[in-house]
Amino acid sequence: MARLGKQTWSFDNPVYIQATGTAVGPLEGEGPLKDYFDRIYDKLHCGEDNWELAERALMMDAVHQCLQKAGVDESTIDLFLAGDLLNQNVTGNYVARQLGIPLLGMFGACSTSMETLATGAALVSSGYADRALVAVSSHNATAERQFRYPTEYGGQKPKTATFTVTGSGSALISKNPSDIRIESATIGKVLDYKLKDPFDLGSAMAPAAWSTIKTHLEDTGRVPSDYDLIATGDLSAIGTPIVRDMLKQDGFDVSEVHNDCGLMVYHSDQPVFSGGSGCACSAVVTYSKLIDELKQGNLKKILVVATGALMSPTMLQQKETIPGIAHGVVLMKEGQ
Amino acid sequence: MSKEKMNETNFEKMSKTYQPKPPYFMNCVKAFIVGGLICTLGELLSEMYVHWFNFSDEEAGNPTVATLILLSSLATGFGVYDKLGQFAGAGSAVPVTGFANSVTSSALEYKSEGYVLGVATNLFKLAGSVIVFGVVAAYVLGIIRYVWSLII
Repeated sequence: MARLGKQTWSFDNPVYIQATGTAVGPLEGEGPLKDYFDRIYDKLHCGEDNWELAERALMMDAVHQCLQKAGVDESTIDLFLAGDLLNQNVTGNYVARQLGIPLLGMFGACSTSMETLATGAALVSSGYADRALVAVSSHNATAERQFRYPTEYGGQKPKTATFTVTGSGSALISKNPSDIRIESATIGKVLDYKLKDPFDLGSAMAPAAWSTIKTHLEDTGRVPSDYDLIATGDLSAIGTPIVRDMLKQDGFDVSEVHNDCGLMVYHSDQPVFSGGSGCACSAVVTYSKLIDELKQGNLKKILVVATGALMSPTMLQQKETIPGIAHGVVLMKEGQ
Repeated sequence: MSKEKMNETNFEKMSKTYQPKPPYFMNCVKAFIVGGLICTLGELLSEMYVHWFNFSDEEAGNPTVATLILLSSLATGFGVYDKLGQFAGAGSAVPVTGFANSVTSSALEYKSEGYVLGVATNLFKLAGSVIVFGVVAAYVLGIIRYVWSLII
């Protein structure tokens, strides 16, 4: 276990992703990644009575798919790290109530996917857990209800708005060698460049993504071309060019290797404004297609930088601005 | 690209250059057409109540508004009004149908928290501010009108 620079953890005791599970809603199930998801619901309610229950069902499914693929029982898991976007992390808490695994609830807005993966990897690597399960979820309707001004209220959203991904992704971490190694992680700082528009979170999060990617490359002494893919979480069509230009100004040209999960999860003609967002956005893309491509060997080494807008409607009404955060995790095909 | 280096102080200004310009003109046209059509529908309803149901011109207003509220609430429930709202913006938000939609959608949204603390408490979540300022404005104008009538 070593630290590189101030913010990057290098897992010298190797840790691996044993299996992953994903469950998504209807719109994601019609998107370009539909063949990679483990479970697709054709109704936004996922067969439940309300939206919060639907989100819980998604996380439960992702966890079960993951455990089933790994071929392990939940009683053999030492630690569950979970988070979502709802107040008091209700989805994670209630799923943990059912699972009966010791829980660390985490919140980093949409960056929670990599926050849980990095923390889980660190705890397994250092021996505090043999098997750690991580999961995050988001649901379009619960997020709209909590954070936004839904179009159902009759308002019009601008093109810069993002669309919360309905889904959940889960991964199982242990020291058992597998195809995919979690090599390192970079923990991001909170950056606030004074944007206030909740309908343009891509721009608000871009500085945090820039900071984490830049710090990661400096800490590890790498260049963007060392990676086959640098995937940001949910910067959307608006934040993506901003982070590329910001990195270019510092001499890091990522344009060849960078993509954004918010742009990968939907077709460009789906009605999602400037792209997907939410904890599940980076999670369902990473834990489905990216893991698959790593296993196939099409990708050898990737950096996933999940971006979170630490937005609170109350704070915005009190004239505060929107802080952003981003955490990066490096996944690599074992044996490279 | 790269004019000035982006940093904390100029980010707000610089980030604007990445954002697509809101289509103000087209939005106005859409709002005008949809808003106009809703008002035309209202006018037709009003004529209907006058000609077929023997209401006077003034009295026809009440059943007309009630019918529009009913229609828009149904549209909200069937998941149509939000699509209209995204398309038409102010065109569907300003007429009485927009007000009805805001009440119905809040009611539907909070159904899962029960009828008292959910539906009843949140029914006027959006419409409440309209009512408050409507009443305050009416009160103030009423006083001005009364004082004016004393002077004249």
